[in-house]
Amino acid sequence: MKAFAQLFLSLDETNKTNEKVKVLVDYLLAVSDEDKINMLALFTGRKPKRQINSTQLKTWAMELTQIPEWLFKESYDVVGDLAETISLLLPPPKHEQNKTLSDWILEIREIASFDETEKKNWLINSWDSLTQQEKLVFNKILTGGFRVGVSQSLVIKAIAQISGLEATVLTHRIMGNWQPEIFTFQDLTAAEDGSSDNSRPYPFFLAYPIQETSEVQKSTEELEKSLGAASDWQAEWKWDGIRAQIIKRDNEIFIWSRGEELATDKFPELHPFIFDLLNGTVLDGEILAFKDDKPLPFNILQTRIGRKTISKKLLLENPVAFIAYDVMEHEHQDIRSKNQEERRLILEQIQASCNQQQIFRISEIVAAKNWDDLALAREQSRELLAEGLMLKRKSATYQVGRKRGDWWKWKIDPLSIDAVMIYAQKGHGRRADLYTDYTFAVWDGDKLVPIAKAYSGLTDKEIKQVDAFVKRNTLEKFGPVRTVKAELVFEIGFEGINFSTRHKSGVALRFPRILRWRLDKKKKEADSLESLKLLLKD
Amino acid sequence: MSRKPLIEFNQNGIYCAQGDFYIDPWRPVKDAIITHAHSDHAKWGHQKYLAHHLSKEILYHRLGNINLETIDYGVTISKNGVNITLFPAGHIPGSAQIRVEYKGEVWVVSGDYKLEDDGLCAPFEPIKCHSFISECTFGMPVYQWKPQQEIFDGINAWWQQSQTEGKTSVLAGYSLGKAQRILQNLDLNIGKVYAHGAIQNSNDALIRNGIELKPTTRLTAEIPKEEVKGNLIICPPSAVGTPWLRKFGNISIGYCSGWMAIRGAKKRRAVDRGFILSDHADWDGLITAIAATECDTVYLTHGYTASFSRYLQGIGYDAREAKTLYGNDEEEVEAQVGEVDNELELLSFTEDLKEKI
Repeated sequence: MKAFAQLFLSLDETNKTNEKVKVLVDYLLAVSDEDKINMLALFTGRKPKRQINSTQLKTWAMELTQIPEWLFKESYDVVGDLAETISLLLPPPKHEQNKTLSDWILEIREIASFDETEKKNWLINSWDSLTQQEKLVFNKILTGGFRVGVSQSLVIKAIAQISGLEATVLTHRIMGNWQPEIFTFQDLTAAEDGSSDNSRPYPFFLAYPIQETSEVQKSTEELEKSLGAASDWQAEWKWDGIRAQIIKRDNEIFIWSRGEELATDKFPELHPFIFDLLNGTVLDGEILAFKDDKPLPFNILQTRIGRKTISKKLLLENPVAFIAYDVMEHEHQDIRSKNQEERRLILEQIQASCNQQQIFRISEIVAAKNWDDLALAREQSRELLAEGLMLKRKSATYQVGRKRGDWWKWKIDPLSIDAVMIYAQKGHGRRADLYTDYTFAVWDGDKLVPIAKAYSGLTDKEIKQVDAFVKRNTLEKFGPVRTVKAELVFEIGFEGINFSTRHKSGVALRFPRILRWRLDKKKKEADSLESLKLLLKD
Repeated sequence: MSRKPLIEFNQNGIYCAQGDFYIDPWRPVKDAIITHAHSDHAKWGHQKYLAHHLSKEILYHRLGNINLETIDYGVTISKNGVNITLFPAGHIPGSAQIRVEYKGEVWVVSGDYKLEDDGLCAPFEPIKCHSFISECTFGMPVYQWKPQQEIFDGINAWWQQSQTEGKTSVLAGYSLGKAQRILQNLDLNIGKVYAHGAIQNSNDALIRNGIELKPTTRLTAEIPKEEVKGNLIICPPSAVGTPWLRKFGNISIGYCSGWMAIRGAKKRRAVDRGFILSDHADWDGLITAIAATECDTVYLTHGYTASFSRYLQGIGYDAREAKTLYGNDEEEVEAQVGEVDNELELLSFTEDLKEKI
């Protein structure tokens, strides 16, 4: 565990990609294969089953440290991370041990049979043998939430270096349903792929934004210059749903989300058409709420995501459809190396031979002779409930991950309003102990009603200034939330607006974020709820 | 009629009406007693200053030609029947707690302090009093310092390693106090120490004041980067990320501050190494110090005042929050105080003060 804790610390201590890879390589070379695969499992979100929940963790830590609950909570607000908070509050260890990461993972699995008292004793005893840095990673393994600030692609890069395998091959091999107990490091790095996992998805190909910010608009001339002729590109609508991969193999079906979560059970209405596909078919597409041949706003789809069981009523009221973008596997063959046009033809054939075209739809190609046509089409996005256009190079293969060059997203500009900050809360992670999460309000008559929460969009310097303002202009404190003197005005960008019964204002914004701090505006100049509601009618 | 307290907080600073003097005032006043020479405590523009001997040269250096009287620890002077004595605060060289006594009533103003003996300044001495005005910069239980030897072992090991990797080590720490504490604990068998101008100025002032420091070389534009390679540069935090640093090529940046205890704060800084080293008391240190004063009432001036006063109330103290303009950010005091000079903010701040008093 010492090596793993040090790895975690060293990864934190550099921002340079090459050094991170070096740190990972050094770790991999120093530990056993078992530790290697356990590390990879943790870094790719495959944590051991939770045996102790965070309430137990918190309660027992509080008992040990003997601090009141409110102070524990405030400590958490300062640190912004439960595992770390506990590691800092607990006293230093009284004894030592030299267990490896794999030893600990095994122990965590074994305590499944323990009753609550045994678990508690085990935990207290374990804590008492770990340094602060070890406690931090140990708590993180226990509670899940394992974020290390190192992308999967860097871990893959490191493994590629020591194994000599291509990163794209490794990326594919570590996808899907595997557990470190069964899948070994030798399996992962064997010359031939020996996987028998028929649910294994392909890595998604992700698009780069064509313009970094909405401020800098790309003209059609610039597009022509950087991307070439419009006829080299296949344009499609960019939908605002759940990107998904659909698999039919060995008469079994699987639906994977982009976050590598198996979501098969959440979308039963898709099952019939997937069962109708030929074995050895894998499709890439978007799941959208869809009714009467029209997509519905994202918040309708949202009602389906959080539920464990989907009721008949929900199925009837909020049905979904699958809009196919691409095909990666056809007749058991990995066809990702075929070009866009070839894959599109195959996709069209698959979709045409399906008898449920209301539910299995194909992403429409936006016809255009030139960039001006596309720019015009993009303007209609909002009416169609699309987020903008996708541009795919006709000669491009289906690649791995977010790559520049062949797939671009060309989103429409966000809607925006000016709103006043009224509440502030401390952030997490990099923003711990700084007031960075704000609630914004607009005028309803002479009252301010909250309409959105947002926490991104300001520079570090601005965050510092707003933090200082919050600390000096707090009116009231409700737990971690501070009511702040209404004074600062911000321009808030958002993707869409919907009616909402859950919000006091009666509206809900989609993807709100701070576009800029309007130092030039006084609070009276902020927008009104009325003007916001006008956007609804559009 | 209730008697006026011996010490009160007004818009100018911490005030003693009976003796008609201020302690660490943030607005120009007639008579100021200064706990220590950090810029949020020692401000410009007062008619008279009183401080410890060891603050003398640094105060002249920072504030120019001021009307300054300095005294030693334990020496009592009197202002209109109010007895004033300075005691070591252990924060930086010359830092003092101010004991104020009038007709048997004793108040102590801590300024900033730490309990660990850092070997550079006179160690903190607990003073019994009725009312204690304390800082609580790190007044949360997540802040628990390790003995400084452990931290310095880490710093020297890091320097050694950077040197092996052909890198120049850059250590950022507040230019007065922290920088010299670091310097005195560096292992000069590893290499030479270069000081950023701001730090060399502080060093020179302290040396003029009779403090012995390990040798440093002022880092000037003429010194080629090859000469510095593998050695160590001490600079203020504000120098990190500037073009000035970039010219030294392959560097590893370490940052010495109590804030480095939290992963998020460390990541925000984006330095290579964070060393948890503070000149303020940690959680246990604050509680120990307060207990040792045997005081009835505690006023908390800066830091986590709300949480810490609530905790102290819970364990039986009459603890209160006092609003002051002292910086919270131990290493960026100057920047913070500068920001407060914004007219608007100061106005709303004084409005708050009026409500409080």
